[in-house]
Amino acid sequence: MSKTYTYPSFDYQPSAEQQSGSVRRHPVVIIGAGPVGLTQALDLASRGVPSLVLDDDNTVSVGSRAVCYAKRPLEIWDRLGLGEEFAAQGVQWQLGKVFLRDDLAYSFDLLPEQQHKMPAMINYQQYHLEERLVKACEASELVELRWKHKVLSLQQRDDHVNLNVETPDGIYRIEAQWVVACDGANSTVRGMVGADFSGQFFQDRFLIADVIMKADFPTERWFWFDPPFHRNQSVLLHKQADNIWRIDFQLGWNADPVEEKKPEKVIPRIQAMLGPDVEFELEWVSVYQFACRRINNFRHQRVIFAGDAAHQVSPFGARGANTGVQDCDNLSWKLAAVLAGQAPEALIDSYHEERAYAADDNIGHSTRATDFITPKSRSSLRLRNAVLELARSEPFARPLVNSGRLSTPTPYLQSSLNTPDRDPFAGRMLPGTNCADAPIRRDGQDGWLLEQLGHGFTLLSFGPAAPVSVGGITAEVIEVGRDIEDAQGLVAQRYDGQPGTVYLIRPDQHVAARWRQFDATEAQAALRRALKLQ
Amino acid sequence: MTLNRQPNIPEQDIFYAELINAQRNLSDEQADMMIAKLALILCNHVGDRAVLSEAIALARANTLATPD
Repeated sequence: MSKTYTYPSFDYQPSAEQQSGSVRRHPVVIIGAGPVGLTQALDLASRGVPSLVLDDDNTVSVGSRAVCYAKRPLEIWDRLGLGEEFAAQGVQWQLGKVFLRDDLAYSFDLLPEQQHKMPAMINYQQYHLEERLVKACEASELVELRWKHKVLSLQQRDDHVNLNVETPDGIYRIEAQWVVACDGANSTVRGMVGADFSGQFFQDRFLIADVIMKADFPTERWFWFDPPFHRNQSVLLHKQADNIWRIDFQLGWNADPVEEKKPEKVIPRIQAMLGPDVEFELEWVSVYQFACRRINNFRHQRVIFAGDAAHQVSPFGARGANTGVQDCDNLSWKLAAVLAGQAPEALIDSYHEERAYAADDNIGHSTRATDFITPKSRSSLRLRNAVLELARSEPFARPLVNSGRLSTPTPYLQSSLNTPDRDPFAGRMLPGTNCADAPIRRDGQDGWLLEQLGHGFTLLSFGPAAPVSVGGITAEVIEVGRDIEDAQGLVAQRYDGQPGTVYLIRPDQHVAARWRQFDATEAQAALRRALKLQ
Repeated sequence: MTLNRQPNIPEQDIFYAELINAQRNLSDEQADMMIAKLALILCNHVGDRAVLSEAIALARANTLATPD
C-alpha cells in the first residue's frame, strides 16, 4: 500500500459491558472516529465530560483526503494541546498561483495578519492527523475508543438513546444520554433518525492522487484552468508532508470512475503535467463526485450531528474537516453545561442555530467556487474565461477569480446567545465573532491571548471587573494590565479595548457581549442569555 | 443611487459605431468574448451593488420579454 506511511491497526477489544451482558448508560456516545469524532471526544474531555467513541473500522483514513487545515481549527486543537505539533509537522504555505492555459493569470498571498500563534493554513495528511488524535484519546482518562463497533439501529427515549451495536462478538446494547453522530458524508445514523439531507449534486468527477516526488516546485498552491496537459478542465497541485504531493484533476461528468483510477490511466496524466523528466511514484488514487448538502436539523431529539454527517461541501477552499472541527468547538461546552444541569436543552438547539448558519455560509462559498471552476453552460464558461483573461493585466478582475476561497470562521452575528452592542465599538470583534489572538506576557513569560481563553466563560477586561456567576457557572476575570500584559498593544488594538472595556467570552472563544464599563447586573444577564437561561 | 434608464451617452451614433467597429474582424466567438469583457469592465467601473443588481435584472427581464 503506502510507501511513506504505515497504517496503524487498532485492536478490537471486547467491552466489559458486552461480556457481562449488563447495559450501561453513557453521558455521550460518539459514532465515528474520524477527525471530527475524535476532536469531539477530546473537546468534551477538556470540559470534564467522559465519552465513548464507536467506530466500525479499526484504522485511520486511507489517502490524504482532507489536506488543508485553517487557522481556526488549529486554534481549537491548540486549546486541546495539539496545535503546536500540527503546525510544526504540517506544511505551511501562503502563496497561491492561478494559471490559465500556458500562462500565469494571477497570484495571491494569504497575507495572514501577523502576531497570531497559529498559521493561516497548513497542509497535513488526514491519516497523520487522525493517528495523533487517536493517541491523544488513548491518553485521556475520559475517552474510551471501541473499534469494530458498528451501530445497527437506535431508539430515541425521553432521556436517553438505545444503541444496538454489532462487534465480532455479536450484538449488544449501549445507552447514551446524548449521541453525537460524526459518521461522515454517508452517515447511516442520518437514515436511522429519518433526517432529510438535501442540496445540490454537481455533475462532475474529480481524480485525486497522492504522489511521492522530490520536486523543485515551491511550497505554493497551484491551480490551473484549462492547462495544456489537461485541456478544458482544472487541476490543483498542493504540497504535503513527507514529499507527498496532492494533485486533483477535474475529469468531467462522462468520465468512468473505475477506468480513471487505473494506474495506466493516472500515471500518463501526471507525467504530462510534471514533464517527462520528473520521477514520481503513485501513492493513492481516488475518484469522487461532490455535492453541497446539509441536514435539515443538526439535532434530532437526543442525536446530534456534526461534521460531514451534518453538512457536505465541495472540496474547494478546505471547508469539510475545518468546519467539522468548529462544530465540535461549538457543541462541547453546551453539552457539558446541559449534562451538568447548568443550562436547559434549548442550549443544544443553539448549536443547530449557529452551526447550520455556518454550514449554509460554507455551502454558499463552496457552491460559488464550484460554479466558477466548472461552468455549467457555454455562456458561463465564456464569462469565466473573460475574468481569467482580464486578470492577467487588470487588477480589478483578480478578486473575481474564484479557485476556492480559503476557509475562515463564520461569525454568529445573529445568534440568540449574543447580547447586542449598546456602546459603540470599532473593529471586528462583534458579538458572535471568534476571538482574535494576540501576543501577551503572563508571569514574565511570553504567551498568547487565546491560551488564556476557552477554559470556561471569561470576562476579558481593560479595567476593574468582578467574576459573575449563574447557577454553577462562573465567568472569571482576566484583566489586561493586572493578570496579563498586553506586550505589543495588540490586545487593545484588536479588541478596541479602552480603559473600562469588558468582554464576556464564551468557552469556545467567541464574544458573547461587551461593554465600555463593567456592570455586574448586565454581565450576569448576558451570561444567562449565553446559557439560554432566560 | 439607482440605475439611470434615461439617455446618458453623448454622440450616441458615434458611440454605437465605435462599439460595432471594435468587433470588426473578430470571429463570433471573439466578439462574444469581447462583449463579456466589456460588461465586466463596466460593472467594475459602476461598482455600486444595488445599481448592478438592477442592471442585471433589467437585462434578463428584457431578454425574457423578447420573443425568440
